[in-house]
Amino acid sequence: MDIEAPRVAASAQPGQFVIVKVDEKGERIPLTICDYNREEGSVTIVTQVVGSSSQKICDIEEGEYIQNFVGPLGKPSEFIYENIEELKSKRVLFIAGGLGTAPVYPQVKWMKEQGVDCDVIIGAKTKSLVIFEEEMAAVAKNLYIATDDGSAGFKGLVTQKLKELIDNEGKMYDVVVAIGPMIMMKFVAITTKEYNIRTIVSLNSLMVDGTGMCGACRVSVGGKTYFTCVDGPEFDAHEVDFDEAMRRQGQFRTIEQRKAKAEQERREGHKCNIGLH
Amino acid sequence: MAKQPRVAQAEQDPKVRATNFEEVSLGYTIEQAMLEASRCINCKNPRCVVQCPVSVKIPEFISLVKAGDIAAAAKVIAEDSSLPSVCGRVCPQEEQCEGACILGIKGESVAVGILERFVGDWARKNNVNTVSAMPSNGNKVAVVGSGPAGLACATDLAKLGYEVTIFEALHKPGGVLQYGIPEFRLPKDEVVAAEIANLTKLGVKIECDVVVGRTVTIQDLMDKEGYKAVFIGSGAGLPKFMNIGGENLNGVVSANEFLTRANLMHAYDDSYDTPIYTGSKVVVVGGGNVAMDAVRTAQRLGAESHIVYRRGEAELPARKEEIHHAKQEGIQFDMLTNPVEILGSSEGWVEAIRCVKMELGEPDASGRRSPQVVKGSEFDIECSLVIMALGTSPNPLIVSTTDNLESNKWGCIVADDSGATSRSGVFAGGDAVTGAATVILAMGAGRSAAAAIDTYIKNL
Repeated sequence: MDIEAPRVAASAQPGQFVIVKVDEKGERIPLTICDYNREEGSVTIVTQVVGSSSQKICDIEEGEYIQNFVGPLGKPSEFIYENIEELKSKRVLFIAGGLGTAPVYPQVKWMKEQGVDCDVIIGAKTKSLVIFEEEMAAVAKNLYIATDDGSAGFKGLVTQKLKELIDNEGKMYDVVVAIGPMIMMKFVAITTKEYNIRTIVSLNSLMVDGTGMCGACRVSVGGKTYFTCVDGPEFDAHEVDFDEAMRRQGQFRTIEQRKAKAEQERREGHKCNIGLH
Repeated sequence: MAKQPRVAQAEQDPKVRATNFEEVSLGYTIEQAMLEASRCINCKNPRCVVQCPVSVKIPEFISLVKAGDIAAAAKVIAEDSSLPSVCGRVCPQEEQCEGACILGIKGESVAVGILERFVGDWARKNNVNTVSAMPSNGNKVAVVGSGPAGLACATDLAKLGYEVTIFEALHKPGGVLQYGIPEFRLPKDEVVAAEIANLTKLGVKIECDVVVGRTVTIQDLMDKEGYKAVFIGSGAGLPKFMNIGGENLNGVVSANEFLTRANLMHAYDDSYDTPIYTGSKVVVVGGGNVAMDAVRTAQRLGAESHIVYRRGEAELPARKEEIHHAKQEGIQFDMLTNPVEILGSSEGWVEAIRCVKMELGEPDASGRRSPQVVKGSEFDIECSLVIMALGTSPNPLIVSTTDNLESNKWGCIVADDSGATSRSGVFAGGDAVTGAATVILAMGAGRSAAAAIDTYIKNL
């Protein structure tokens, strides 16, 4: 969805995120910026229901308001600081998994605007879950789709597609940027390590404030502790302790699920009093 | 005439309050306030005022309370402080006004804090209009952060006729008053929001959800948005950890995270979506006011709650009142105990904290006796949550995004007594300059900077 947020749109860069709090009682949820339009003063976000607060975001209709929308947060992707000519000489591959396709898009678009060609792999469980395909096709040099069930594109995981590109199609890359579920990023990192390809991942750790205040988003990178919100969200994939990151991400899962279930029951149990259905 | 002893304020019963988030101290009735005010001997050279970082005219307001003219007392306080209900509750009066009180030499000092709170609360409940602003002088000033320093600075500038906008990173104004200090010590809606609302009545604008350094830079505020000066009161929000093994286990959190979930995000209220975890036994590492706030919050959420501190009880940096309240509520204090490692289950959740016993050696540079490890004293405390309350340092975001803004090796912004920084037109004060300190010191710094900003703009 597109959110009118002129200050955020004016400052947003690829790789950054926002924190959204839909109403008084909602949680602060970090969401990667998918696109921004400085002229219109709008920012695009994509969400998926995981708990009751993300359900509330998804329930928002066009024209309605979100109570809090703060950003851009985190460091921009490192390539925006690179020399463009040098960047052009690099072979760059983006690997997007599921909802992670949304934050990959502004990065590829930015590259295209600078005249840097990039390849993109979008991975999803099945065809209907592939998002941003058209938009991505317009900015990527080569776009590959990989689905678990083979309903679109390559049948298999993004890591298998990556191996195929390198082993069978004569491709090679200097940099891989992977954004998606933690488990996908972990296995992309393992795969690219085999080929010795520098790899960047964008972590979606748990956060509260998103400004460096709480430390909920602590992550071990190269044996040192960093805060994803201010030191990241992008890190060197080969240095990230993914097992710890995945464990920390699940800390509130049971509490969250309990609340989401209660919310669902509340909704289903709701009798419409004005006779709409 | 028999001497009137210091009038005690009512408190919630410790057993009851340890299970709720309502305020612990209940304040004075007007009769109690007038009686307590009658104890003040109205010194010619009031030492209390000198010790107050914002120089509230203490004997003057107390004599008005004694006379029963509470509205007038409120106006006297408002000349120097916009947050009487806040300061009356959270200031360390025993080190400041009350610590300097003549009566305290042989007996008990006047209860300046409780009286200030009474006046602030009374004025609010009776809609006393305490302040008015001069007509606008057309000059815009930006204030970064809506904590005590920013609020105090904004108040003084607004009174002088400046057009002040406060930029707050979180979704509610108040800074540490909102995210840090718990509801049971400082009610959020009734007290914090109400005193901040007085600022907006002065014409101060508050823009929440703006992270200065990310959403907008100091440079842009001055060059593109026309602010003549900027005051940085962004506090010290970055939590410290111990750098011991197991600190990234599930169930190890900073006091900032725990308190932010509980206070700002209302996790103790089931109708909010915010999750919070305590398990059955919580260990809070640290001995300051933040540690006390965290441990008392954990106890209220139903966990057996302990303080683990490496020095002795006499060295606890928290206010005596907070320690006393915590003990009444059943908090256990494990003194001369220092964590060395956190132990976890195979699933990566905290199971215990491994500590060593300490003994006090010779006084160190700070004058406190330095703790030393007792050899072979290692032992484990089983627990479900570890909260690190080891202090905080300033967030580097503003310094790193503002050219020519000098900071020291602790990340604190370098500013002189008036708040002037290395960059012309940029002033700073409060925890962002000093590192973590108190609400009232931050307010004092905010006031000094407001005066310096006024002088600076007049000379442009």
